[in-house]
Amino acid sequence: MKLTLRIWRQASPEAKGKMQSYTLDDVEPDMSFLEMLDVLNEKLVLDGKDPVSFDHDCREGICGSCGMVINGNAHGPQQYTTTCQLHMRHFNDGDTIDIEPWRARAFPVVKDLVVDRSAFDEIIKSGGYISVNTGSAPEAHAIPVDKVSADDAFDAATCIGCGACVAACPNGSSMLFTAAKVTHLGLLPQGQPERQTRAINMLAKQDELDFGGCTNVGACHEVCPKGIPLASIAQLNHDVLGATLAGARSD
Amino acid sequence: MQGEGRYVLGDPIADTRAPDSPIGDRWSDRKFSARLVNPANRRKMSVIVVGTGLAGGAAAATLGEAGYHVKSFCYQDSPRRAHSIAAQGGINAAKNYRYDGDSVYRLFYDTVKGGDFRSRESNVHRLAEVSLNIIDQCVAQGVPFAREYSGLLDTRSFGGTQVSRTFYARGQTGQQLLLGAYQALERQVHAGTVEVHPRTEMLDLIVVDGKARGIVTRNLFTGRLDVHLADAVILCSGGYGNVYYLSTNAKGSNVTAAWRAHKRGALFANPCYTQIHPTCIPVSGEYQSKLTLMSESLRNDGRVWVPKERGDDRNPNDIGEDERDYYLERQYPAFGNLVPRDIASRAAKNMCDAGHGVGPGGLGVYLDFKDAIERLGRSAVEAKYGNLFEMYERITGDDPYERPMRIYPAIHYTMGGLWVDYDLRSTIPGLFVGGEANFSDHGANRLGASALMQGLSDGYFVLPTTVADYLADAPFDEVPEDHPAVQEAVDAARSRIDKLLSANGNRTVDSFHRELGQLVWDQCGMARSKEGLEKALDRIPSLRAEFWRDVKIVGTGDGFNQSLEKANRVADFMELAELMCIDALHREESCGGHFRVESQTEDGEAQRDDENFSYVAAWEYAGDNQPPVLHKEDLEFSYVHPTQRSYK
Repeated sequence: MKLTLRIWRQASPEAKGKMQSYTLDDVEPDMSFLEMLDVLNEKLVLDGKDPVSFDHDCREGICGSCGMVINGNAHGPQQYTTTCQLHMRHFNDGDTIDIEPWRARAFPVVKDLVVDRSAFDEIIKSGGYISVNTGSAPEAHAIPVDKVSADDAFDAATCIGCGACVAACPNGSSMLFTAAKVTHLGLLPQGQPERQTRAINMLAKQDELDFGGCTNVGACHEVCPKGIPLASIAQLNHDVLGATLAGARSD
Repeated sequence: MQGEGRYVLGDPIADTRAPDSPIGDRWSDRKFSARLVNPANRRKMSVIVVGTGLAGGAAAATLGEAGYHVKSFCYQDSPRRAHSIAAQGGINAAKNYRYDGDSVYRLFYDTVKGGDFRSRESNVHRLAEVSLNIIDQCVAQGVPFAREYSGLLDTRSFGGTQVSRTFYARGQTGQQLLLGAYQALERQVHAGTVEVHPRTEMLDLIVVDGKARGIVTRNLFTGRLDVHLADAVILCSGGYGNVYYLSTNAKGSNVTAAWRAHKRGALFANPCYTQIHPTCIPVSGEYQSKLTLMSESLRNDGRVWVPKERGDDRNPNDIGEDERDYYLERQYPAFGNLVPRDIASRAAKNMCDAGHGVGPGGLGVYLDFKDAIERLGRSAVEAKYGNLFEMYERITGDDPYERPMRIYPAIHYTMGGLWVDYDLRSTIPGLFVGGEANFSDHGANRLGASALMQGLSDGYFVLPTTVADYLADAPFDEVPEDHPAVQEAVDAARSRIDKLLSANGNRTVDSFHRELGQLVWDQCGMARSKEGLEKALDRIPSLRAEFWRDVKIVGTGDGFNQSLEKANRVADFMELAELMCIDALHREESCGGHFRVESQTEDGEAQRDDENFSYVAAWEYAGDNQPPVLHKEDLEFSYVHPTQRSYK
């Protein structure tokens, strides 16, 4: 396949970026999207030009490192698929493909397609855990968990923290990310003691960072490679309301 | 032993510091004899932890909880992305919830046997004991393990055992366990005991007066080199499977931290013990950047075959039953498609070498679900394997319900690593090593679902105890940043980067890495021979020289430069590859993942040589282009007696 790529190039966080065009003549349909970019980068290096920077690691769709906006869609055209799992057979000979970084105020561009997502760690730090020290756990079977709750908690827990939800949201909100963790832990008996404080602390932290507010658009769920249920957001709102009525305050 | 002249024989390793009590008491005895540190003194002591996978994340969080000042480092943009996250299958624990005869002793026994009698009994027994605590800890953290309708934990069976002791969270167990450790770590960041440094790569170890006292790092955003000093250093930096270029490891997984520690004096043990997983998706072209594993569980229902006719490239559905060779069922009638990983891998290679392979380059065999679909119905097969079939189709574009999968072995895990004693201390005082980065628990072959167990055992339970014992003598004298040893390490890291950048040659880093990987795969992969290893050993030094002379990296060291990061890692793989081949050459026996073609039984199975090779080979670095020094740690088997494995 022959492709024209229009890629966002930005030398540093302060630099002004722009779209730049490249052509590739020998793209195989069995290549992954990132392998296609590897081929481009090999050519650029041999030409003495700066290769395109992009984040990636496991290339199995689970580490959450990769992520780019492809023709306007976070992670590209295939549903429930991270960028690394997208293959070139979903494109046609002669296509022009636009490739951009996540665009959100809370995720500043580091270089080209690489953004800084450390704001997500800040949210988890503010309460996305169960406070149990190593060695203090009771015997595992002392805490039965009904299967439905365990399965629902698992669905929320599969979030890979890639940030596509923020990139797709017109408000740049991290609501689905925060809600996924609040739901995962809030559905389990182990998570009950901190359920209310967790919800309000994480929401407060999210607001304090550069994320926008949630207006229930639902674009986050549409692009989520793991299909985190939109109902998690309702769960978060429910827990925050419950906490507020009970008089809980954020730290 | 072969390869003489390529190495020097040094003194044996006399003591591994394991208590001298009955095996079931050793860990309790060690815990009791370990010295404690007064809680008020702990915050004055600092510990560096490199890597944030299961071992590193768990160790950093636990030491933080205890009150030490912890600095945690990872090259990824967040500690949550370490490669432990990609583990699919599960985690073993001897809970015996099934009441199927499991026990700590049986898990210990299975692991020693599965490792083909090349691991240390004391360490493995401790691992089996601690497995119980791991499940409790993870459940309390909110890890959503699979459960039954009763609300109790579900388990499944895994290769190499006859009991059901594997706990799992769908096909994403590693992810869920790692997120548990990551959350515990972030909790400590919030509490102020742990500082996390993401996108920061360790470039060297700082050794002052014989003790590990710090590391030199490169900030991958800005390119800045920094010095971090502490009272102890823990490396949990993972395995070295990427020496093969194509592996199931993450692209960034590397040996740099471990290798630089080796060059500063830490012994490197059993580098030739690498694990090759039989069911991975084959290479589809030159551009291939990594390999993807398909869970071993597929072999429960899939049948492996190749066409009887060499080079038969017809559609597999047009190849009749009588034209197919179900070679595993034919060669191993007792175990059939369920033979252990090393045997299944080698059999696939033999078939492909004999010209029966299918797909691009003839490097693949079929894994066929036709009979299972007929027997169980499509919906039952979908319920069991649906997500794996989807993943296969996403990558290959083929529908495994309609056409047999193509699979081929790929490198997946490395049992070798930095040598550690019972306390997980390396041979440099103050340098501890945990998880895949050490060599300690799996011998020559790791059983499925044991990697997660070892990472968390080391991280949550072993290191916090043994590191505290070491710190009972701390805090040590403060090391000034202008100390000559510190400056020497910084200068070495800087001059290396300058040298890489100044080569300005004609080949990309990946092109060198691919060539190295192919060479190591061909000669030190699934089957190794004296002739092949000698060939690799003749080639590696010249390839390494070409690399330093002809590598091309665009840009500078002052800022984000992914080519430079890669080059820095590949340079270390170029050195490690040589030690791997020397180790493989000297070990003139077959054991576990190490198959020497000269050492096989009459019917082509691996032949161990316990009389001559029942030891750990721990290698000392003796200087650039100097033969390494071999130190042997004799293995004693007082509880599990070595036998020859047979799966016929």
